[in-house]
Amino acid sequence: MEYIIIIISAILVNNIVLNQFLGVCPFLGVSKKIETAVGMTGAVTFVMVLATIVTFLIQHYILIPFEIQYLQTISFILVIASLVQLVEIILKKVSPSLHQALGVFLPLITTNCAILGVAILVIQKEFNLMEGVVYAIANAIGFGLALIIFAGLREHTDLQDVPKGLKGVPIALITAGILAMAFMGFSGIV
Amino acid sequence: MNQWKNFTKGFIKENPVFVLLLGMCPTLGTTGTAINGLGMGLATTFVLVMSNLVVSLIKNLIPDKVRIPAFIVVIATFVTIVEMVMQAYLPSLYESLGLFIPLIVVNCIVLGRAEAFASKNNVKSSVIDGAGIGLGFAFALTILGSVRELLGSGKVFDITIYPENYGMLIFILAPGAFIALGYIIAVINRLNKKNA
Repeated sequence: MEYIIIIISAILVNNIVLNQFLGVCPFLGVSKKIETAVGMTGAVTFVMVLATIVTFLIQHYILIPFEIQYLQTISFILVIASLVQLVEIILKKVSPSLHQALGVFLPLITTNCAILGVAILVIQKEFNLMEGVVYAIANAIGFGLALIIFAGLREHTDLQDVPKGLKGVPIALITAGILAMAFMGFSGIV
Repeated sequence: MNQWKNFTKGFIKENPVFVLLLGMCPTLGTTGTAINGLGMGLATTFVLVMSNLVVSLIKNLIPDKVRIPAFIVVIATFVTIVEMVMQAYLPSLYESLGLFIPLIVVNCIVLGRAEAFASKNNVKSSVIDGAGIGLGFAFALTILGSVRELLGSGKVFDITIYPENYGMLIFILAPGAFIALGYIIAVINRLNKKNA
């Protein structure tokens, strides 16, 4: 039951992008086509779950026993940076076309605040390891859901006759705002 | 390069938020009120100036291949300092910015300036560049925060402009952040086109 609440709350009610504003950069950057949005979601899911597990272990088996919690930010970001490198090397070998499509955004996962944000939130909310993993997966799904819906919307707005001043980023942001409003409708569920 | 130009480019012409569209997460997440936006902007400015300073000092010592991790460690150090100082002296601001303070470390603007500017220029221009871009970021956040606070609750910096009952609550909530920023960027685009 707890897990169901964590999942629904992370995907719909407190959506990581539309409600907590984490990972907005890739949300705006790779949302021009549904295909790249799907690829990005895959990469983020993989890194997010791995990063949450590793940072959880670091927090509980290194930082807390040695009482050096103030090194949290530094150690977490280094772990995430090396994980991203690993994912990049694997993707390059396994799926060169996907690697090509994600281009510059793959190294940018390092600076995707969603990853570090979820890792820190898991510690702050005092989840255990299992809850942390569920929370990370749910947030990755929430990120993917928002990203793919948004990519679909943008593919359509690209073909519409948008007022000149609002073309490009402004209309994308306004679309995101309306999407966020739609997600507010879920706020009573949990 | 002309240092004054180097300093002022961050405000309108190369504003990190409005023009370059970097650092969107703190921009949207911390601008519920003008004062939070300003606080976040100044914290980021401090990190930017200090990391630009250190990176430009040590740029010749770092091997090219490990420069990004090295930059991240430098940035994370200053973020940790900001976090501890804020927790000690500005606990209420620390509470309201919350998660976004440690997340300065993943702000693309900071790493972007270290990589694109500080690692190629001397100490003096790097510090000025950091201050210019940082204050431009603070400026953008304050504007967005003021607009949202005004439309949402009728106040700017806690000074009442019109009764709160007439405010549109949506602008303080998540959707309002996206919509307000969208319209501000449209206006800035228009201004930049006129100047060009």
